[in-house]
Amino acid sequence: MAALASLTAHELGARYRSGEATPTQAATEYLARIEALDPEVRAFLTVTREDALRRAAAADARFKAGTPLGPLDGVPVALKDVLCTRGIRTTCGSKILERFVPPYDATVVARLFEGGAVLLGKLNMDEFAMGSSTEHSAFFTTHNPWDLARVPGGSSGGAAAAVAAGMAALTLGTDTGGSIRQPAAFSGVLGMKPTYGRVSRYGVIAFASSLDQVGPFARDAEDAALMLGVIAGADPMDATAIDVPVPDYRAALGQGIEGLRLGVPAEYFMDGMDPEVEQAVRTAIATLEKLGAHTEPVSLPHTEYGLAAYYVIAPAEASSNLARYDGVKYGLRAPGARDLIDMYSKTRAAGFGAEVKRRVMLGTYVLSAGYYDAYYGQAQKVRTLVRRDFEQAFSRVDLLVAPTTPGVAFKMGEREDPLQMYLNDIFTIPVNLAGLPGVSIPGGFTQAGLPIGLQLIAPAFDEATLLRAAHAYQTVTDWHTRRPPLST
Amino acid sequence: MTDAARYETIIGLEVHAQLSTVTKMFCGCRAVFGAPPNTATCPVCQGMPGSLPFINRRAVEFGIMTALAIGCGINAHNRFARKHYYYPDMPKNYQISQYEEPLAEHGRLVIDTGPGPREIGIQRVHLEEDVGKLLHEGALETAQSSSVDYNRAGVPLMEIVSKPDLRSSDEATVYLRALRAIVVYLGVCDGNMEEGSLRCDANISLRPRGQTEYGTKVEIKNLNSFRNVRDALEHEIKRQTRALDTNERIVQETRLWDPDRMVTVSMRSKEFAHDYRYFPEPDLPPLDVQPAWVEAVRARLPELPEARRARFQAEYALSAYEAELLTQGRGLADYFEAAARAGGKPKGVANWVLNELLRELPGDDDRAIGACPIPPANLAGLLALIDDGTISGKIAKDVFEKMYRSGDTAQAIVSREGLTQVADEGALGAAVDRVLGEHAKVVEDFRAGKKAALGFLVGQVMKATQGKANPGLVNRLLIEKLPKV
Repeated sequence: MAALASLTAHELGARYRSGEATPTQAATEYLARIEALDPEVRAFLTVTREDALRRAAAADARFKAGTPLGPLDGVPVALKDVLCTRGIRTTCGSKILERFVPPYDATVVARLFEGGAVLLGKLNMDEFAMGSSTEHSAFFTTHNPWDLARVPGGSSGGAAAAVAAGMAALTLGTDTGGSIRQPAAFSGVLGMKPTYGRVSRYGVIAFASSLDQVGPFARDAEDAALMLGVIAGADPMDATAIDVPVPDYRAALGQGIEGLRLGVPAEYFMDGMDPEVEQAVRTAIATLEKLGAHTEPVSLPHTEYGLAAYYVIAPAEASSNLARYDGVKYGLRAPGARDLIDMYSKTRAAGFGAEVKRRVMLGTYVLSAGYYDAYYGQAQKVRTLVRRDFEQAFSRVDLLVAPTTPGVAFKMGEREDPLQMYLNDIFTIPVNLAGLPGVSIPGGFTQAGLPIGLQLIAPAFDEATLLRAAHAYQTVTDWHTRRPPLST
Repeated sequence: MTDAARYETIIGLEVHAQLSTVTKMFCGCRAVFGAPPNTATCPVCQGMPGSLPFINRRAVEFGIMTALAIGCGINAHNRFARKHYYYPDMPKNYQISQYEEPLAEHGRLVIDTGPGPREIGIQRVHLEEDVGKLLHEGALETAQSSSVDYNRAGVPLMEIVSKPDLRSSDEATVYLRALRAIVVYLGVCDGNMEEGSLRCDANISLRPRGQTEYGTKVEIKNLNSFRNVRDALEHEIKRQTRALDTNERIVQETRLWDPDRMVTVSMRSKEFAHDYRYFPEPDLPPLDVQPAWVEAVRARLPELPEARRARFQAEYALSAYEAELLTQGRGLADYFEAAARAGGKPKGVANWVLNELLRELPGDDDRAIGACPIPPANLAGLLALIDDGTISGKIAKDVFEKMYRSGDTAQAIVSREGLTQVADEGALGAAVDRVLGEHAKVVEDFRAGKKAALGFLVGQVMKATQGKANPGLVNRLLIEKLPKV
C-alpha cells in the first residue's frame, strides 16, 4: 500500500500540518488507487476526479498559508450515493434517479466541504438503502475487499468497502436498520450510527424518516470522532435534528474505560449464530474487562419482535417517501404513457427494482384503511417496548456490548430469500427503533480470514463514551490495522 | 307540502383559508400570488429528494388566532400527518396536513339570517400545505401537454370544519361571510375568493323532517364564491329532493359544481374514494403549543366583527344593516371609526363610506382601504363643510370626487374653486329676479296652478350660480317673490 493512502485521517492531517505531504499528493494517490482497485471492488458509482483535485489544491494553499479549516481539511472522503451533492449526480442506487443532479448539498456534505474535505466520489448502495449486500443496487454489486466473491454488506456496502480497500480515508453512510454497522462488520472497518437527531438528515434521500441516520466509516475511533465532530449538530433545515451541544469527541478518547459498566444482552447470543462470531465477541468482552470495564448480563426481552416491527414501520415510511418518484418533476419518466396513471405506473415499474417494489407494496398495505391499527399501530407499540428495554438496561450499565451480526459476509447470490436477508439486521435494528447510537468495530477474523464485527451501543447522545470504549479496545488490539489482500 | 317542509337540509362546510404569512408553511419561500411560474420555489416545496419541512410558527400563530376567535380549544399536543394521493400538483404525492391531533377543536360561530341568532358548531381547525397549479394546453381532456407551477405549493392553508349544523343555503352563505369577516379582521387571510385565498367545500344531505339519523351525504367541491355556494346548494337540495321523492338511491360521492351549466357533476363515488393512508409525519416532531403562547396570542387579539357590530350600533346609533356592512372588513371599520372620531357625525360618515367611498374604491378589502386617497379625517372635514352650510350636498359630491382624485382636503378644494355656498340673500335675490324675468311663461304656469314649475325655477337659479346657491334659501326666495311678479 502506498504511503499516504495507508494512513488514518488524523495521521494524514499531521503530515499536512508538518509539511511532509500535501492534500493534492494524497488525493492523487487515492485517485490512482481507485483506478487500480475499483474495477475489482466496484465501490464507486461516480468518481469526482476534477472536483477532488480542485478542492485538494485549495487545501494545499490553506496549509501553505497556515490556515487549515479543521481536522478534515484536505482529507480524501467519499459519500454513499444517498447524500445529495450539488451539481454531482446522486442516484440513491436506483434507475429512477440515474440522471438526478441535485441543486443542493445535504447539510452533512456542506459541513464536510466547509471543513475542507476532498470529495473523491459517490459510493454504491442497495437501491434506496433497502438491502444488506448491495446486491439490490440498480447498477452493480460491490465486492468485499477481503473476499471478492462475497458481499461487503449493505446497504452502505460501497462506503464500507471503500474504506476497507483504502480507496478513501473516511466515508459517510446511512443506517436505517443496520446499514452502516452491518457492512462495517462484514468489511472489517469501524462504522458508526449516531443517535437519531444527532446528525442532520437534510439532503439525505429518505428511506424511513424516523430511523435514518448518517454516520461515518473510519479506520479507527479517532477518525470517527473527527468525522462525527464535523457533521453533528442541530440544523435549521431539519426539525428532527436535536439541539444538543456537540462535545469534542476526540478529547475524551484517551480517558480509558476503567470502571465502565458494560451490559451483555442475553438475546444477542442466539441459537444458530456463527460460533466463530460468538467466540470472537466473547473474547472481545474479556479484553474490555482486562481494560478495567465491569461486565454484567442484561436482558432486552423484546429483541425478537424488533425485526417484525421494523418491517412494518420502515416500509410504511418508505412507501410514503418514495411516492414522489412519479416521472413528473425529476428523474426517470418512462416513455409511451397513454395518460397520467399510465405514466406513474410505467415510470415506477421501470424505475424501481424488485426489493423497493416489495417494500413499497408492504408499506402501502400496512397503512391502508382497516389495517393501520393491526400493523402500523401495533408496530409503534412494539417500538415503545424495545425502547423501554434499552432504558431499563441503561439504568444499570453505561454501554452494551454484543455482536453486530449473527454471521460474517456471505457469498454473492447466496441469500435469495428476502426473509433470510432480513435476518442479517436482527442485532442492529433494535438500536434504530430506539434511536440510540451504536458502533461496529473490527473484533476479530474467522479462520477463513473474514472480518467479525463487535457492536457497542450507548444511551442517546452518548457517542463520546461509545468512541472512548472503541478507542480503548483499539489500543490493545490490532484487528483494525489489518488490510485486505488486494494488489495494486 | 313544500320541499322545505318535507325535508330538512343538513349542511356542513369545510373552509380552506390561505394564510397571509410572508413565507410558506414548511420552507422559507415567499408565499406570493401571481409570480412567474416556479420562481417562488425551493427543494423543500418542490419535494426534491432529501428535502425536509420545518414549521412556520407565524402560520401556527395565525391558526391559534382564528381558533380563539371562534371559541375553539387549542390542543397543547399538535401533530402533523401525511395525507397520500397521487396528483402532479402535489410535489411529494402526499400533503402535510393534520389528522388525529389538529391545532384546535370544539368552537362555535353565531350567525343570524333574520329570525334570530343561531350557534353553529366548529368541529376543528387544522393547518396544512397548499398544492401547486396545473396549466393545461387547451382543455384538460384534450390537452397535448400540461405544466405544473409549484409557486402555490406549500403556501399555508387553514382548514375550518363546521359541524353539520347549517340548515339552508342561506345559513351556509351567512356562516361563510361571518367566517370570512373573522379571518379578514384578524389579518390572517385576505379573504379573496376569486384568487382562491378562501375556498369552500360543502357536505350536504337531506332527511325527512322528524328523522334523527342523517341521510346520505354528498360533498360538493369548487365553491369559489358566495354565489356559487348558494347556487350549488340550492341545486343539490332540488336534486336530492327529487331523488328522495322518487325513491332513487342517493350515492355518497364527491360532486363538482359547474357554475356555467349551473349543475353539480359526479367526480368520484365512495367506492373509488381515496384511501389517504394517513400516518404521523415523521419529519416533524410534535408541536407543543404551550398555554403561555396561547395566552400571549389571545392578549393580542383585536376586537372581532361580532363585538364591533354590536358596539357600532350602540355607540354610533347605526342600524344593524349599516353596522353589518361596515364591519365586513377591519380596514373599513377602522376607516369609519377614525372618520367618526375626527368629528364626522356617525350617521353621515356611515352614509358617505357605504355609498360614495365604496363606489370609488376598487374593493372593500383592507388593501383597497389602506390605499384610499382620502384619509378618514378629510372625509370628516368634508362632512363638516356640509353641516355648517358652507357647501350643499350636491356640491359635496363633486368635492368628494375631486378629493379622491387629488388627495386634497375638502377645504382646499372649496376655497380654490370658489365653491362656497351662496347664502347671501342680496346676491341670491338678484339671481332669482333675473331668472323670473327670463322665464315669464313658466311663472304663468305656476300661477295657473302648475306647482312643478317651482322645481324648474330652483334648478335655473342653481344653474345660474353654478350650484353654489343654498337650495333651501333659493326655494324660500322664489316662494316669496313669485306672487309679486
